[in-house]
Amino acid sequence: MAQAQGLGRRYIKAFFKGFFVAVPVTVTFLDRVACVARVEGASMQPSLNPGGREASDVVLLNHWSIRNYDVQRGDIVSLVSPRNPEQKIIKRVIALEGDIIKTIGYKKKYVKVPHGHIWVEGDHHGHSFDSNAFGPVSLGLLHARATHILWPPQRWQKLQPMLPPERKPLHREQE
Amino acid sequence: MLRNALGKTFRFLGYTVQYGCIAHCAFEYLGGIVVCSGPSMEPTIQNSDIVFSESLSRHFYCIRKGDIVIVKSPNDPKSNICKRVIGLEGDKVCTSNPSDFLKSHSYVPKGHVWLEGDNLRNSTDSRCYGPVPYGLIRGRICLKLWPLNDFGFLRASPNGHRFLDD
Repeated sequence: MAQAQGLGRRYIKAFFKGFFVAVPVTVTFLDRVACVARVEGASMQPSLNPGGREASDVVLLNHWSIRNYDVQRGDIVSLVSPRNPEQKIIKRVIALEGDIIKTIGYKKKYVKVPHGHIWVEGDHHGHSFDSNAFGPVSLGLLHARATHILWPPQRWQKLQPMLPPERKPLHREQE
Repeated sequence: MLRNALGKTFRFLGYTVQYGCIAHCAFEYLGGIVVCSGPSMEPTIQNSDIVFSESLSRHFYCIRKGDIVIVKSPNDPKSNICKRVIGLEGDKVCTSNPSDFLKSHSYVPKGHVWLEGDNLRNSTDSRCYGPVPYGLIRGRICLKLWPLNDFGFLRASPNGHRFLDD
Protein backbone atom coordinates (compact mmCIF):
# COMPACT_ATOMS: atom_id res chain seq x y z
CA MET A 1 0.00 0.00 0.00
CA ALA A 2 2.71 2.44 1.05
CA GLN A 3 4.75 1.54 -2.04
CA ALA A 4 1.86 2.32 -4.42
CA GLN A 5 1.29 5.64 -2.67
CA GLY A 6 5.00 6.48 -3.00
CA LEU A 7 4.93 5.68 -6.74
CA GLY A 8 1.83 7.83 -7.25
CA ARG A 9 3.44 10.78 -5.49
CA ARG A 10 6.65 10.37 -7.49
CA TYR A 11 4.63 10.29 -10.71
CA ILE A 12 2.82 13.53 -9.82
CA LYS A 13 6.11 15.18 -8.90
CA ALA A 14 7.69 14.10 -12.20
CA PHE A 15 4.65 15.31 -14.13
CA PHE A 16 4.75 18.78 -12.64
CA LYS A 17 8.51 19.00 -13.08
CA GLY A 18 8.11 18.14 -16.77
CA PHE A 19 5.17 20.52 -17.15
CA PHE A 20 7.08 23.47 -15.74
CA VAL A 21 9.93 22.80 -18.13
CA ALA A 22 7.98 22.04 -21.29
CA VAL A 23 5.37 24.81 -21.20
CA PRO A 24 7.63 27.84 -20.62
CA VAL A 25 10.26 26.58 -23.05
CA THR A 26 7.68 25.96 -25.80
CA VAL A 27 5.93 29.28 -25.24
CA THR A 28 9.25 31.17 -25.26
CA PHE A 29 10.32 29.35 -28.43
CA LEU A 30 7.08 30.24 -30.24
CA ASP A 31 7.29 33.86 -29.06
CA ARG A 32 10.97 34.54 -29.58
CA VAL A 33 12.40 32.11 -32.12
CA ALA A 34 9.93 30.94 -34.76
CA CYS A 35 6.35 29.93 -35.30
CA VAL A 36 4.08 28.87 -38.12
CA ALA A 37 1.05 30.67 -39.50
CA ARG A 38 -1.53 30.34 -42.24
CA VAL A 39 -1.81 33.25 -44.65
CA GLU A 40 -5.31 34.49 -45.40
CA GLY A 41 -6.41 36.94 -48.04
CA ALA A 42 -5.27 38.00 -51.48
CA SER A 43 -3.14 41.02 -50.64
CA MET A 44 0.18 39.29 -51.31
CA GLN A 45 -0.73 37.53 -54.56
CA PRO A 46 1.04 36.11 -56.53
CA SER A 47 3.88 35.63 -54.00
CA LEU A 48 1.59 34.17 -51.30
CA ASN A 49 -1.82 32.48 -51.67
CA PRO A 50 -1.95 32.39 -55.47
CA GLY A 51 -4.65 29.74 -55.26
CA GLY A 52 -7.03 31.96 -53.36
CA ARG A 53 -9.33 30.51 -50.75
CA GLU A 54 -9.00 26.83 -51.76
CA ALA A 55 -5.33 26.58 -50.81
CA SER A 56 -3.95 28.96 -48.16
CA ASP A 57 -0.19 29.01 -47.82
CA VAL A 58 1.39 28.17 -44.48
CA VAL A 59 4.57 30.16 -43.79
CA LEU A 60 7.40 29.92 -41.28
CA LEU A 61 7.64 33.13 -39.25
CA ASN A 62 11.09 33.90 -37.87
CA HIS A 63 11.09 36.15 -34.79
CA TRP A 64 14.79 35.72 -34.02
CA SER A 65 16.03 37.44 -37.18
CA ILE A 66 14.18 40.67 -36.39
CA ARG A 67 15.09 40.85 -32.70
CA ASN A 68 17.16 43.98 -33.49
CA TYR A 69 14.60 45.34 -35.98
CA ASP A 70 17.00 44.59 -38.87
CA VAL A 71 14.80 44.48 -41.97
CA GLN A 72 15.76 44.94 -45.64
CA ARG A 73 13.76 46.38 -48.48
CA GLY A 74 11.86 43.52 -50.12
CA ASP A 75 11.45 41.34 -47.00
CA ILE A 76 8.04 39.82 -46.35
CA VAL A 77 7.16 40.61 -42.74
CA SER A 78 4.23 40.10 -40.41
CA LEU A 79 3.20 42.98 -38.18
CA VAL A 80 0.45 43.99 -35.79
CA SER A 81 -2.19 45.90 -37.75
CA PRO A 82 -2.16 49.61 -36.80
CA ARG A 83 -5.94 49.75 -37.25
CA ASN A 84 -6.80 46.57 -35.32
CA PRO A 85 -4.31 45.39 -32.66
CA GLU A 86 -5.95 41.94 -32.49
CA GLN A 87 -4.95 41.16 -36.06
CA LYS A 88 -1.62 40.44 -37.71
CA ILE A 89 -1.04 41.39 -41.32
CA ILE A 90 1.63 40.11 -43.71
CA LYS A 91 3.15 42.54 -46.20
CA ARG A 92 6.38 43.37 -48.04
CA VAL A 93 8.78 46.06 -46.80
CA ILE A 94 9.10 48.67 -49.56
CA ALA A 95 10.99 51.49 -47.86
CA LEU A 96 13.04 52.06 -44.70
CA GLU A 97 13.44 55.17 -42.57
CA GLY A 98 14.72 58.14 -44.53
CA ASP A 99 13.64 56.85 -47.97
CA ILE A 100 11.41 59.02 -50.14
CA ILE A 101 8.85 57.02 -52.12
CA LYS A 102 5.98 57.63 -54.47
CA THR A 103 2.72 56.35 -53.01
CA ILE A 104 -0.26 54.64 -54.67
CA GLY A 105 -3.50 56.14 -53.45
CA TYR A 106 -2.20 57.67 -50.23
CA LYS A 107 -3.23 61.14 -49.13
CA LYS A 108 0.24 62.50 -50.00
CA LYS A 109 1.86 61.78 -53.37
CA TYR A 110 5.43 61.58 -51.99
CA VAL A 111 6.30 60.46 -48.49
CA LYS A 112 9.57 60.54 -46.59
CA VAL A 113 9.49 57.62 -44.17
CA PRO A 114 10.06 58.98 -40.64
CA HIS A 115 12.72 57.75 -38.21
CA GLY A 116 11.87 54.39 -36.65
CA HIS A 117 9.18 53.61 -39.26
CA ILE A 118 8.85 51.50 -42.43
CA TRP A 119 6.58 51.52 -45.46
CA VAL A 120 4.87 48.20 -46.25
CA GLU A 121 2.77 47.19 -49.23
CA GLY A 122 1.01 44.07 -50.41
CA ASP A 123 2.08 42.70 -53.79
CA HIS A 124 -1.51 42.80 -55.06
CA HIS A 125 -2.02 46.57 -55.29
CA GLY A 126 -5.64 47.59 -55.02
CA HIS A 127 -6.54 44.52 -52.95
CA SER A 128 -4.26 45.34 -50.08
CA PHE A 129 -4.78 47.21 -46.83
CA ASP A 130 -1.26 48.55 -46.37
CA SER A 131 0.79 51.72 -45.89
CA ASN A 132 -1.04 53.28 -48.82
CA ALA A 133 -4.06 53.28 -46.49
CA PHE A 134 -2.59 53.83 -43.02
CA GLY A 135 0.78 55.45 -43.74
CA PRO A 136 4.23 54.50 -42.42
CA VAL A 137 4.19 51.96 -39.57
CA SER A 138 6.38 52.04 -36.48
CA LEU A 139 9.10 49.36 -36.33
CA GLY A 140 7.81 48.45 -32.86
CA LEU A 141 4.79 46.79 -34.51
CA LEU A 142 7.04 44.33 -36.36
CA HIS A 143 6.19 40.76 -35.37
CA ALA A 144 8.27 38.40 -37.55
CA ARG A 145 9.88 37.88 -40.95
CA ALA A 146 8.32 35.23 -43.23
CA THR A 147 11.24 33.10 -44.40
CA HIS A 148 9.79 29.93 -45.97
CA ILE A 149 6.54 28.58 -47.37
CA LEU A 150 5.94 25.23 -45.65
CA TRP A 151 2.60 24.08 -47.13
CA PRO A 152 1.36 23.00 -49.66
CA PRO A 153 4.38 20.80 -50.44
CA GLN A 154 4.48 21.80 -54.11
CA ARG A 155 5.09 25.39 -52.97
CA TRP A 156 8.00 24.62 -50.63
CA GLN A 157 10.44 27.51 -51.12
CA LYS A 158 12.62 30.00 -49.36
CA LEU A 159 11.13 33.48 -49.67
CA GLN A 160 13.80 35.80 -51.08
CA PRO A 161 13.70 39.54 -50.38
CA MET A 162 12.60 40.98 -53.70
CA LEU A 163 11.73 44.62 -54.27
CA PRO A 164 9.59 45.24 -57.39
CA PRO A 165 11.65 47.60 -59.59
CA GLU A 166 8.78 50.05 -60.02
CA ARG A 167 8.50 50.42 -56.22
CA LYS A 168 12.14 51.39 -55.63
CA PRO A 169 12.53 54.51 -53.47
CA LEU A 170 13.31 57.78 -55.22
CA HIS A 171 15.99 58.59 -52.70
CA ARG A 172 17.67 56.18 -50.30
CA GLU A 173 19.08 57.50 -47.08
CA GLN A 174 20.94 54.33 -46.12
CA GLU A 175 22.50 51.82 -48.50
CA MET B 1 36.72 14.04 -14.41
CA LEU B 2 35.92 15.50 -17.83
CA ARG B 3 32.57 13.71 -18.02
CA ASN B 4 31.69 15.10 -14.60
CA ALA B 5 32.53 18.67 -15.65
CA LEU B 6 30.64 18.25 -18.94
CA GLY B 7 27.61 16.89 -17.11
CA LYS B 8 27.65 19.81 -14.69
CA THR B 9 27.95 22.33 -17.56
CA PHE B 10 24.99 20.84 -19.40
CA ARG B 11 22.91 20.80 -16.23
CA PHE B 12 23.81 24.44 -15.60
CA LEU B 13 22.89 25.41 -19.17
CA GLY B 14 19.66 23.48 -18.87
CA TYR B 15 18.64 25.34 -15.73
CA THR B 16 19.60 28.69 -17.28
CA VAL B 17 17.42 28.03 -20.34
CA GLN B 18 14.55 26.83 -18.16
CA TYR B 19 14.61 29.82 -15.82
CA GLY B 20 15.13 32.20 -18.74
CA CYS B 21 12.00 30.83 -20.39
CA ILE B 22 10.00 31.08 -17.16
CA ALA B 23 11.17 34.71 -16.82
CA HIS B 24 10.13 35.47 -20.39
CA CYS B 25 6.67 33.99 -19.81
CA ALA B 26 6.29 35.93 -16.55
CA PHE B 27 7.26 39.30 -18.10
CA GLU B 28 5.26 38.75 -21.26
CA TYR B 29 2.02 37.39 -19.81
CA LEU B 30 1.93 38.47 -16.16
CA GLY B 31 4.05 41.50 -15.38
CA GLY B 32 7.39 42.79 -14.26
CA ILE B 33 9.27 45.39 -12.29
CA VAL B 34 10.29 48.52 -14.17
CA VAL B 35 12.62 51.38 -13.28
CA CYS B 36 11.38 54.68 -14.67
CA SER B 37 13.64 57.56 -15.62
CA GLY B 38 12.87 61.06 -16.77
CA PRO B 39 10.73 63.96 -15.60
CA SER B 40 7.75 63.59 -17.94
CA MET B 41 5.43 61.88 -15.46
CA GLU B 42 6.06 64.09 -12.42
CA PRO B 43 4.60 64.34 -9.81
CA THR B 44 2.98 60.90 -10.20
CA ILE B 45 6.22 59.08 -11.03
CA GLN B 46 9.60 60.68 -10.28
CA ASN B 47 12.97 59.90 -11.80
CA SER B 48 14.39 56.51 -10.64
CA ASP B 49 11.11 55.29 -9.17
CA ILE B 50 10.49 51.55 -9.26
CA VAL B 51 7.03 50.44 -10.36
CA PHE B 52 5.26 47.17 -11.16
CA SER B 53 3.67 46.84 -14.58
CA GLU B 54 1.18 44.14 -15.48
CA SER B 55 0.71 42.70 -18.97
CA LEU B 56 -2.75 41.14 -18.58
CA SER B 57 -4.65 44.33 -19.50
CA ARG B 58 -3.01 44.65 -22.87
CA HIS B 59 -3.61 40.98 -23.79
CA PHE B 60 -7.28 41.26 -22.84
CA TYR B 61 -7.62 44.70 -24.45
CA CYS B 62 -8.92 46.44 -21.33
CA ILE B 63 -6.61 49.45 -21.15
CA ARG B 64 -8.77 52.38 -20.02
CA LYS B 65 -8.61 56.16 -20.19
CA GLY B 66 -6.44 57.45 -17.35
CA ASP B 67 -4.21 54.34 -17.15
CA ILE B 68 -0.46 54.82 -17.05
CA VAL B 69 1.09 52.55 -19.67
CA ILE B 70 4.53 51.48 -20.83
CA VAL B 71 4.77 51.78 -24.60
CA LYS B 72 7.48 51.05 -27.18
CA SER B 73 8.63 54.40 -28.48
CA PRO B 74 7.12 55.02 -31.95
CA ASN B 75 10.36 56.55 -33.22
CA ASP B 76 12.79 54.13 -31.55
CA PRO B 77 11.49 50.58 -31.07
CA LYS B 78 14.36 49.64 -28.77
CA SER B 79 13.36 52.08 -26.02
CA ASN B 80 10.25 52.28 -23.86
CA ILE B 81 8.29 55.31 -22.77
CA CYS B 82 5.91 55.71 -19.87
CA LYS B 83 2.87 57.95 -20.31
CA ARG B 84 -0.80 58.26 -19.35
CA VAL B 85 -3.62 57.36 -21.73
CA ILE B 86 -5.66 60.51 -22.35
CA GLY B 87 -7.88 59.18 -25.12
CA LEU B 88 -8.82 55.80 -26.64
CA GLU B 89 -9.92 55.23 -30.25
CA GLY B 90 -12.81 57.47 -31.19
CA ASP B 91 -12.25 59.90 -28.28
CA LYS B 92 -11.90 63.63 -28.86
CA VAL B 93 -8.53 65.06 -27.77
CA CYS B 94 -7.13 68.57 -27.68
CA THR B 95 -4.08 68.77 -29.94
CA SER B 96 -3.16 72.39 -29.30
CA ASN B 97 -0.91 73.71 -26.52
CA PRO B 98 -2.46 75.63 -23.59
CA SER B 99 -0.60 78.73 -24.76
CA ASP B 100 -2.19 78.67 -28.23
CA PHE B 101 -4.97 81.14 -28.85
CA LEU B 102 -6.98 78.89 -31.15
CA LYS B 103 -7.78 75.48 -29.69
CA SER B 104 -7.71 72.57 -32.11
CA HIS B 105 -9.26 69.15 -31.53
CA SER B 106 -9.14 65.87 -33.32
CA TYR B 107 -10.45 62.34 -32.87
CA VAL B 108 -8.14 59.45 -32.03
CA PRO B 109 -8.07 57.06 -35.04
CA LYS B 110 -9.15 53.43 -34.82
CA GLY B 111 -6.58 51.16 -33.20
CA HIS B 112 -4.63 54.05 -31.62
CA VAL B 113 -4.36 55.81 -28.24
CA TRP B 114 -3.43 59.36 -27.27
CA LEU B 115 -0.68 59.57 -24.65
CA GLU B 116 0.44 62.52 -22.53
CA GLY B 117 2.87 62.82 -19.64
CA ASP B 118 1.59 64.23 -16.35
CA ASN B 119 4.31 66.90 -16.47
CA LEU B 120 2.83 68.69 -19.47
CA ARG B 121 5.55 71.31 -19.63
CA ASN B 122 8.39 68.78 -19.88
CA SER B 123 7.04 65.85 -21.85
CA THR B 124 7.33 64.76 -25.48
CA ASP B 125 4.19 62.77 -26.09
CA SER B 126 1.30 62.48 -28.54
CA ARG B 127 1.18 66.28 -28.77
CA CYS B 128 4.54 65.89 -30.53
CA TYR B 129 4.42 62.53 -32.40
CA GLY B 130 0.68 62.00 -32.78
CA PRO B 131 -1.56 59.09 -31.77
CA VAL B 132 0.26 55.86 -30.96
CA PRO B 133 -0.91 52.42 -32.25
CA TYR B 134 -2.38 50.21 -29.52
CA GLY B 135 -0.06 47.38 -30.63
CA LEU B 136 2.94 49.25 -29.18
CA ILE B 137 1.59 49.10 -25.61
CA ARG B 138 3.70 46.74 -23.47
CA GLY B 139 2.02 46.94 -20.07
CA ARG B 140 -0.02 48.94 -17.59
CA ILE B 141 1.60 50.34 -14.45
CA CYS B 142 -0.53 49.40 -11.47
CA LEU B 143 1.67 49.76 -8.38
CA LYS B 144 4.58 51.90 -7.25
CA LEU B 145 7.15 49.93 -5.25
CA TRP B 146 9.89 52.50 -4.48
CA PRO B 147 10.32 54.97 -2.76
CA LEU B 148 8.58 53.31 0.15
CA ASN B 149 6.99 56.50 1.42
CA ASP B 150 5.04 56.60 -1.86
CA PHE B 151 4.23 52.88 -2.02
CA GLY B 152 0.83 51.89 -3.41
CA PHE B 153 -1.52 52.59 -6.27
CA LEU B 154 -0.78 55.56 -8.51
CA ARG B 155 -2.64 58.81 -8.25
CA ALA B 156 -5.14 60.04 -10.79
CA SER B 157 -4.00 62.54 -13.39
CA PRO B 158 -3.29 66.06 -12.11
CA ASN B 159 -4.43 67.31 -15.52
CA GLY B 160 -8.12 66.45 -15.42
CA HIS B 161 -8.84 69.21 -17.94
CA ARG B 162 -7.05 67.22 -20.69
CA PHE B 163 -9.71 64.49 -20.58
CA LEU B 164 -12.47 65.77 -22.86
CA ASP B 165 -15.94 64.29 -22.50
CA ASP B 166 -17.88 63.82 -25.71
